[in-house]
Amino acid sequence: MLQTLPAEKDRIIIPGPAGFMPPSAAQLGVELPSAEVGIAYGRHVPEDIAIAEVAKQMLTKPNATIFPGPMVLWAWNAHAIEKAQAVLEIAAQIPNVFIIPMPDYRPKYPKVDPEEVINPNHPNLTIWGNKIEACIFVGVHCHYANLTLKMIRAGTNCCTTALCAEQGHEDAMLSIHDMDAAKLRKVAKIFKRVREELNIPMPADGRTVRYTGIQSRANGDETHMNPMLFALASPPPPGASMPPEGQQPH
Amino acid sequence: MSTPLEPETKTNPQGDPITSAAPIKVGGGSKDPHEAAKKQRVVTPEYMFLEAPRKREFITGSESAKEAVRRSNVDLSVAYPITPQSETLQLVGVLYGEGYVKEFYRGEEEYGVMSAIAGGSRAGVRCFTATAGPGTLRGIEPIASWPGHRLPAVCMFTCRVVNAPLAIQPDNIEISYLLNCGMIVFHAENQQDLYDFIMMGFIISEKNDVTLPVGVACDGFFVTHARAYVHMQEKGIKLPPRAAWKGAVPVLDAENPPARLSRDAPVQKSNFMSYNIHAVWQQEVWAAVERSRRYIEQYMGGLLEANNVEGAEALLIASGSAAAQSREAIRICKEQGIHVGLIKIRSLRPFPTKELRKLCATAKLIVVPEFNYVGWLAKDVAAAIYGYSDAKVIGGPRVYGGMSMPVEMIVDELIGGLTGKKSISVPDSAIMGQDVDQAAVAHFMQNI
Repeated sequence: MLQTLPAEKDRIIIPGPAGFMPPSAAQLGVELPSAEVGIAYGRHVPEDIAIAEVAKQMLTKPNATIFPGPMVLWAWNAHAIEKAQAVLEIAAQIPNVFIIPMPDYRPKYPKVDPEEVINPNHPNLTIWGNKIEACIFVGVHCHYANLTLKMIRAGTNCCTTALCAEQGHEDAMLSIHDMDAAKLRKVAKIFKRVREELNIPMPADGRTVRYTGIQSRANGDETHMNPMLFALASPPPPGASMPPEGQQPH
Repeated sequence: MSTPLEPETKTNPQGDPITSAAPIKVGGGSKDPHEAAKKQRVVTPEYMFLEAPRKREFITGSESAKEAVRRSNVDLSVAYPITPQSETLQLVGVLYGEGYVKEFYRGEEEYGVMSAIAGGSRAGVRCFTATAGPGTLRGIEPIASWPGHRLPAVCMFTCRVVNAPLAIQPDNIEISYLLNCGMIVFHAENQQDLYDFIMMGFIISEKNDVTLPVGVACDGFFVTHARAYVHMQEKGIKLPPRAAWKGAVPVLDAENPPARLSRDAPVQKSNFMSYNIHAVWQQEVWAAVERSRRYIEQYMGGLLEANNVEGAEALLIASGSAAAQSREAIRICKEQGIHVGLIKIRSLRPFPTKELRKLCATAKLIVVPEFNYVGWLAKDVAAAIYGYSDAKVIGGPRVYGGMSMPVEMIVDELIGGLTGKKSISVPDSAIMGQDVDQAAVAHFMQNI
């Protein structure tokens, strides 16, 4: 494991376009790391160093975007709600960040609205459509995250991050794993520290999240919102929590 | 009053009833046939595989598979008879009668069985089945779709001849059809391997970053029907249940691919789909195969087993029953003062490429005996070490169609390879490296 970010020449998984049909990170020899070790550009580094690099990319690259997946979009159980709120705490540290959902994994027919949603079958359209150069995936099932990350690396110049509840993702340029609500809050704290080090000002009203077109129209033509003011309108309806033996977010 | 010819309950050597369920006696003597199964306690895979005390029993491969399933917390098993696998799933049926397997039924044929296993796994339960030879090929379409569906399950392949002509004898040609499915493939040398690989297969299969089916192959009859000592944990413990919600894909969501693939549109139907969705999907399946390496290391002790390789005059590289025969050939060679090492391949997919390159770096002669015509292992070995070893590789001896492999055949190839004597059982076209006929090598390489 390296103790710092890898030198440019030693990086394996970097923002693309990587090519028409680039080999997967696994084919290139990138392996998933052990506990408290992150992946930065295909190399294993201490987790906090990888998180700080995520913060730097998200705070400095154009049109930084958080892509929340089904496991934090829906109120499956109390932990899913807690994780979603922690994701909003991260968003609260990134001025002008987009939040564009990946609500499910269904191919969208006849066409996707790439500015409003992202889909694992054609994620590059959303990256291209919004000119996104840094992004975070969180709450996406690992198989679909891996498809998405491979396609984005092949065809776009976006720097990808995976905040994964399981073992992480080699095909992301930056990957942090074992991501529960507590660790998401730790990510938010490191974002705050890096933002302050970079002297990036915060909007006075805390309205860091920039609306997409439909989000704006749905919110009275506002352009931004304060993610920390977002609250559940009501408790999850009965049945929102899956039975213990059923599918649960993780 | 006549004396019954047989006792009321037939038992196998372990004392288990060989009927589908122990008869429930009416009245005061009634006993819950599921009583012992209900008392099983869950232990961690680490305890089960690495720490739990074991006792030795002298049992057949089919019985060792049964005992593995007994301790694996299996939810669903679907059976269809085919020699030499039939006994295995008949014994799993006994486990169903005893309550160790939650659901069990006989399918209509292998395509249906493998499809049912897909459905069970997709629904989030732990699934086990087994087949052989023509059954493998009849089920190959759903089997080959399991990895793309990201379905954890364990399927045992008790290898036998593939038709035509019809025969039921040992031959592991069917493994060659499984190697490129995207599933994990282990090859058991003996009854002990079969027992361990099945149990470990479930756990490896269900790791989130793997989420793939595991095929556990063995050579039919040699392993399934013969008895050997198997070291087993007590019957009272079992593996944790499958935690399906931790898988790489959501459970039973028919609106999403891959389930949607079968129901509705292919992922590339629309012009708005990315050009490379199926390509990255394939990449992801094989990336998951790669990720299984660390769990194979953790639980199985490695993708291969190397014995006396250092300083060896020649190496035997083999899997399955060919590894067992190789051990005897090595003993005979030792009596003649020839030091031969053995590399037994446990995992065919993922393949131990890096390990072989290291172990074979200074080898002069490698002999690869196999129980099939095409020499799928020799091809994999040659491709893996090409450019990393100057060894002469003899792709043989090979036996097939139900023939056994006399260890003398292996000894002959080792001595012939070391002395330069021409082989009578391996054609030049199956020999590569060093001072061999380059035209013959080219012919061999065409088949890789």
